[in-house]
Amino acid sequence: MAPHFGLPEFGFLLRGLQWTMLLTLVAFVGGCTAGLAVALLRTCGHKGVEWITRIYIGIFQGTPLLLQLFVVYYGLALTGLKLDAFVAVAIGFTVNASAFLGEIWRGAIQAVPRGQTEAAMALGLHHSSRMRDIVLPQAIRISLPATIGYLVQLIKGTSLAAIVGFIELARAGQIVSNQTFQPLLVFGVVGAMYFILCWPLSWWGSRMEARLALASQR
Amino acid sequence: MGYTLDFSVVWHAMPALLWGCVGTLGLALAGMTLAMMIGVAGVAARDSKAAWLRALVIGFVEIVRNTPFLVQIFFLFFALPLIGLKLNPTATAIIALGVNGGAYAIEIIRGGVQSIHKGQIEAGYALGLHKGQVFRFIVLKPALRAIYPSLTGQFIMLTLTSSICSAVSAYELTSVAQRIESDTFRSFEVYFFVTFLYLAISWLLMLGFAVVSHRFFSYPTR
Repeated sequence: MAPHFGLPEFGFLLRGLQWTMLLTLVAFVGGCTAGLAVALLRTCGHKGVEWITRIYIGIFQGTPLLLQLFVVYYGLALTGLKLDAFVAVAIGFTVNASAFLGEIWRGAIQAVPRGQTEAAMALGLHHSSRMRDIVLPQAIRISLPATIGYLVQLIKGTSLAAIVGFIELARAGQIVSNQTFQPLLVFGVVGAMYFILCWPLSWWGSRMEARLALASQR
Repeated sequence: MGYTLDFSVVWHAMPALLWGCVGTLGLALAGMTLAMMIGVAGVAARDSKAAWLRALVIGFVEIVRNTPFLVQIFFLFFALPLIGLKLNPTATAIIALGVNGGAYAIEIIRGGVQSIHKGQIEAGYALGLHKGQVFRFIVLKPALRAIYPSLTGQFIMLTLTSSICSAVSAYELTSVAQRIESDTFRSFEVYFFVTFLYLAISWLLMLGFAVVSHRFFSYPTR
């Protein structure tokens, strides 16, 4: 006799949701750090370095996230390190995030008016100070809507960890669905949980985009 | 104990992998076709006079864009038989890709239609163009030109997303790779190579789209 979808099953999904949020958080924080490095290298002015980072970004944008996860997951297994499934998928999502955020911030850095950089140079600021005090604060503002958009992508993307067997929300949904034989109800609830997580972010992002567009018209 | 990489399994499986590429492209093409149909119908409904229809389209777009494709395809996998559509996994995958891509297509096409200024159409009539010419030269071509980059980008996204259809074992490259992996246990080699096959597919698509854009959408310079 299969159990019906009740409170224990709902609780199981909620624990899956916690793992989804933790995985997103770890990948986003790690991706922001590495992504900043990618963006800075991508705009450093050295032809060779810019080319390499461009290829790095192109590889992640041109291949499916699922396959990136597979390669990292099985690649790490080959190194002989006994890594927890969470650590392995977190590393996979972090490198993916570094490429996508790097590209978003590359665009934002280049969108800061050239006159700002020139004025900073005229004032005798060094490259590091120019970036830290003049360009990056403005670039962050420009990049916020796209960064939030990527965060939503990342939350949805973590569902692919289910395919390599890590129990987050989507995998928890599969398990409960197999136990209760109520797939529509279970995946409906799982979808609703993702929606509650993503929709406010999407809304916030598009509102900010509209405000920035208005500000740039003036 | 060291592990020696052995890519010969990939070489032996090459015909199957190339057929997998064909499957992926077919899946993406069919999904995109469905997505475009949903997109055009959705744009018409999005600006209709009936408030409930507008709300339906907005709700559809928001739900699809804020939930993972994996959950969508699982849901459809179980929901479609209930409405009498008993389909094989590949057909289910096409519908899931079409529904997912359709939500994005609605937004893209709507942007293109809105980019045509009303004054342009009036100017067309003032120059003595007839209705068909106005539609073709003033509305359709500039609108297509405006949405072409997003639409082709969306197609490449859809091609990459189609790898997730392996979760319901639709016929495409990733599920072929999974079968080879379970036969040979050479997980890393197989997936590493298949990742590059996907990269080749998206680069070829990008190149093709750029050629088409150059041929059909560049403004006359004379």
